[in-house]
Amino acid sequence: MNSMRARLLMILLLTTGAVWASAATWIYISTQAQVERVLDARLREAARMVSSMVTDERVHLASAADAVSLPDFVPRSGNSYQRQLSCQIWSMEGALVSRSDSAPETRLAGDADGFSISEVDGEEWRVFTVANAERDVRVMVGDNMHIRNALVRDVMLGTLLPMTLFLPLGALVIWFSVRRGMAPLDDMASTIASRHGGDLQPVKVEKMPSEMLPVICAMNGLFQRVAAARQRETAFTSFAAHELKTPLAGLKTQAQIALASGDADVQANALRQIGSGVDRTSRLVRQLLDLAAIEAADQAPELLRGRPAQVVEQVVEELPTKERSRIRIEQSGSELEARFEPALLQMAVRNLIENAIRHSPDDREVLVRLAATGNEVEVLVEDEGPGIPESELPHVTERFFRGRDRAAAGSGLGLSIAEEAVMRIEGVLRLRNRDPHGVSAVVLLQGAGD
Amino acid sequence: MRVLVVEDDPILSDGLSVGLRMAGFSPDAVGCIADAETAMRASAYEAVVLDVMLPDGSGIDFLATRRQANDRTPFLILTARDRIPERIEGLDAGADDYLGKPFDLDELAARLRALVRRNAGRATSALTWNDIVLDPATLAVSRAGKEIPLTRREFTILRALMERPGTVLTKPALEETIYGWQEGVESNAVEVHVHHLRSKIGHGVVQTVRGLGYRIGGELP
Repeated sequence: MNSMRARLLMILLLTTGAVWASAATWIYISTQAQVERVLDARLREAARMVSSMVTDERVHLASAADAVSLPDFVPRSGNSYQRQLSCQIWSMEGALVSRSDSAPETRLAGDADGFSISEVDGEEWRVFTVANAERDVRVMVGDNMHIRNALVRDVMLGTLLPMTLFLPLGALVIWFSVRRGMAPLDDMASTIASRHGGDLQPVKVEKMPSEMLPVICAMNGLFQRVAAARQRETAFTSFAAHELKTPLAGLKTQAQIALASGDADVQANALRQIGSGVDRTSRLVRQLLDLAAIEAADQAPELLRGRPAQVVEQVVEELPTKERSRIRIEQSGSELEARFEPALLQMAVRNLIENAIRHSPDDREVLVRLAATGNEVEVLVEDEGPGIPESELPHVTERFFRGRDRAAAGSGLGLSIAEEAVMRIEGVLRLRNRDPHGVSAVVLLQGAGD
Repeated sequence: MRVLVVEDDPILSDGLSVGLRMAGFSPDAVGCIADAETAMRASAYEAVVLDVMLPDGSGIDFLATRRQANDRTPFLILTARDRIPERIEGLDAGADDYLGKPFDLDELAARLRALVRRNAGRATSALTWNDIVLDPATLAVSRAGKEIPLTRREFTILRALMERPGTVLTKPALEETIYGWQEGVESNAVEVHVHHLRSKIGHGVVQTVRGLGYRIGGELP
């Protein structure tokens, strides 16, 4: 069942119903026993009374049986019971001496004293018999069971009817209580439903019942995470937009120059600039996407066993031809295996290689090699550029850090992306200057181990 | 009109240099604050176009330092961060104008002209001397309502002279006006340009003050 309210209502109704039913059964049984006992006691009293009256000769023997219906003797509790008791007086020989009006002519019981049940003329009788030795008679006082059952039924009805009437009322009260009890849930639902999409404020916990706290706390936690993610995204979008504005401004300016200038050389130069501007902008866009991918990932990536050489080859293959021809891959470490996440390692290696190409003279090679050191695998990218001033070395992996003396100014993102990607695959990025010049970027990866 | 462009993006920087030269300016371009400081120490600029995010610091901070040192050169801030609070920050730091990237080259040139004009205390950009009218916005020169086509350098020399009528400008001063320091200067370049200018605009306008330089108007020696 999906509705908590319906479930609660059902449980309450069923248990209340069960309790009610057993109470009713218990009342029914005990009332019946009680009524039987009281009526039996009256039978016995009446029989003994009649017997003693016969003994005392207070009444004539022939009319003695009528005494049972005398008002002072039979409590007139209700009309239907007025003529309920029937009395027969039989001689020891078996002749009917006297009988009350309500009594049948057929003998009500046998010779035995005490209670008995008999069937007379198709009707059932409860009879108490007393033998009166002095007068040689038997006094029998009986209840017609038909009437007695009606009496019991009336008593039961008097007790159970109000209880039965209470049943729907009780159900109504339960339904109402459940509604009231669940109201905080509805309140919370409507509070949250009325929010607009950007409202990620935590739900106030002060007025909430303690049972709902776990749900609200979990929800607030989620709100918080969503808000943080959204803030990150907004910050990133704004950052990306700003980063793109400068190269776009360059492109627009060059395009305006190409349009406005009548000089063929100026036009050609502007168009060349536009070409390389588009390349730079594409690279920036890719770096921004890399950054977005790194930032968006919440979970640690799964590290797989593989050959870093394969990743390096793929990166080099994707480079523009002119740049590809400047890369030299040393084959000696190509069989080495390590643990990494291919996409992240690719991101790191690509940014390192691009960085190396951009910071070394056009006629110099960039060397990529792999080496095993202890339990680790090193991916080295070595260039023959001017190197990084020692004072700038600690800062080059900071975002947007751009060296002062670089002719080819980058976005200041490449090394930062490389470091973050390497860190995510539980590796280490080290940068150091080479002798006599150039930079060696080392990615330390966990060995494949066994 | 010499302007300094401080912009670290090579393509934009190149575009600004070429574009502003086409619009009649003589731009010098540098890529960082340190170079900008050196350039401003070495020569006087009529305006500076300044990027905010530079490799060695914030252009806004650089501008604030210049203003503290009582530098009154007009600064135009050129930046990707052009939302209102950022504009306010830039203007409060002492910027004279603010332009968001990407921008229109013609608008940038117009704004620079306005800055220079305001700095010189003139109400219109067009310069007038006798029947000669020079409009820096359209690079047009006319005499007695008749259009006179001039080359960029001839125009620049005429403008420099018309900006300060009666004042003698030395040959090195004119050289500096017409050439940024990326361009080589031929030894007799100014003389050649003045010669062409005179033949186009008519004699009796640009006067030679022997041993000193050139001027427009004023008493004949």
